[in-house]
Amino acid sequence: MAAPAPPRPLARTVHSAPRRPSRRRGRTRLELALLLGPALVLFAGFVLVPIGIAVYYSLYSWNGFGPLTDFVGFQNYADAFGGAVFRGAIAHNVVIAVLSIVVQLPLSIGIALLLDRKLKGRTFLRMVVFAPYVLSEAITAVIWLLMLQPNGFVDELLRGVGLGGLVHQWLADPGIVLYTLFVVMTWKYLGFGIILLLAGLQGVPPELREAAALDGATAWQTTRHVVLPLLGPTIRIWVFLSVIGSLQLFDLVWIMTLGGPANASTTMASYLVDHGFKRYEFGFGSAVAVVLFAVCFVFALLYQRFALRRDTAGALTRVVG
Amino acid sequence: MAGRRWGLVAGYAAAVVVVVVTVVPLLFVVLGGFRTNGQLNTDPAGLPGPWVWNNYRSVVTSPDFWRFLGNSALIAVIATVLAVGLGSMAAFALSRYAFKGREAVYVLFTLGLLFPLGVATLPLYLWLRQLGLLENPLGVAIPEAAFSLPVTIVILRPFMHAVPGELEDAAVLDGASRLGFFWRIMLPLSAPALTTVAVLAFVTSWNAYLLPLLVFNDSAHFTLPLGVATFQSQYSQDTARVLAFTALSMVPALGFFVVAQRRIVGGLTGSVKG
Repeated sequence: MAAPAPPRPLARTVHSAPRRPSRRRGRTRLELALLLGPALVLFAGFVLVPIGIAVYYSLYSWNGFGPLTDFVGFQNYADAFGGAVFRGAIAHNVVIAVLSIVVQLPLSIGIALLLDRKLKGRTFLRMVVFAPYVLSEAITAVIWLLMLQPNGFVDELLRGVGLGGLVHQWLADPGIVLYTLFVVMTWKYLGFGIILLLAGLQGVPPELREAAALDGATAWQTTRHVVLPLLGPTIRIWVFLSVIGSLQLFDLVWIMTLGGPANASTTMASYLVDHGFKRYEFGFGSAVAVVLFAVCFVFALLYQRFALRRDTAGALTRVVG
Repeated sequence: MAGRRWGLVAGYAAAVVVVVVTVVPLLFVVLGGFRTNGQLNTDPAGLPGPWVWNNYRSVVTSPDFWRFLGNSALIAVIATVLAVGLGSMAAFALSRYAFKGREAVYVLFTLGLLFPLGVATLPLYLWLRQLGLLENPLGVAIPEAAFSLPVTIVILRPFMHAVPGELEDAAVLDGASRLGFFWRIMLPLSAPALTTVAVLAFVTSWNAYLLPLLVFNDSAHFTLPLGVATFQSQYSQDTARVLAFTALSMVPALGFFVVAQRRIVGGLTGSVKG
């Protein structure tokens, strides 16, 4: 236990006068407190502490009012995982995350590769593609709610092009509501992926492609073996953001379906708000919040460990490290 | 050569498809606002005929829309000022001071990138209730600022770190204190990065839905996203008017985006690429 303390370096005491550095150090401390203090207070008070308190609340059966007395241990967690609705909510989040990777990613890579040319009106194109990303999820939700009304715009359009057989109760059919929401999400977020990948493509040196072409590589081979590997960091970051976003999905679901019909589009976050704020199950809702947090956190850690490790540069890679 | 030409054709084809898919829903909303409910019912995908200005007029002349707009602007401005002000101070401390626990504090902030607002929302709500900040713009603006701090610091710190030390030494030789260096040299030098983080904080707060939903009960305090969603459910029978309302609600976001486009894209790709 009592390891001998290493000998203290003498240099400092020998070289510097004893008075001034300590005053300077005091001043530095004051400056640090002044600069860092307000941000830390704000961040701790409204981000960290509430999350910590959520862990605490999650151990109680509590309606948000009155004294916090009914300690139930991990009962809220057991109840959550014991219920089919919450398990379904987790599954829905996972389905959205998987669909994003399987559908949105190849789609945005393909489109970005096609657009990575000296096309006329490129600036305009980028702005248009990015526009849905800038709209709030609330506005996006309302737009699509109106378009997807029974016998509304989307149905009419499908009939107009001879695909009337596809017409569905887009938001009222439990079998397809999740996929409808996914289409809306794709509309909103595809541009983000495309812009990100186009920025990544600009980092691919043209000489590399030319060299590959000189060596007789086809366009596809060049793309497959030269361009895509160099896009790796961008793709890995996109996947990270996309999965975290899928896990936290709320606004769109809440406005378009409230998690319905019959919980077919419930997500962890909508389940949390439903129980916490509509049914005043604050303890139970907090347990759900902690699970949501844990899922995001574990994913981030694993992803950092196994996927992002190779990208040395980049702020997000250091986030969880 | 033929390959390159085909590539160009494919590029234009992809561009057209992407633009059409992106724009059609937006056009549906804008044009739908110029139609009547009768027109919308009989021919949901048609063009206005005749063009009706009534829906837009009723939205523009109703106080609701402008109040929502004002509330959103107020909250977004407060959140942005707080996030950028406090965030730049913290980023300066974390990039130009050597002290014990510096990396730990930085990691603490960056961890915030992972916390969804939803996780903190129940305690946050009780906390705001206790502070008397429910039904108060500050009750949304302050937490929004807190949740914007991580990305602000993550973008600003490397930027401030990259400013050469000689500049600081020169300033100190000229008699500037460290805080004087921060205020008079570092902040002006960081203007591009500050604009980026300001734009990001503003857009995030402007688009927020969950927090306003919880904090505001009285529609007089609603922000635009909350207002749009409520208006939609309230007037669901009057689709044409909801379309006009939604179309006008898109204007500030899209207009702001056109102006700040490079900052938004640059900030996002920058924050991703480090």
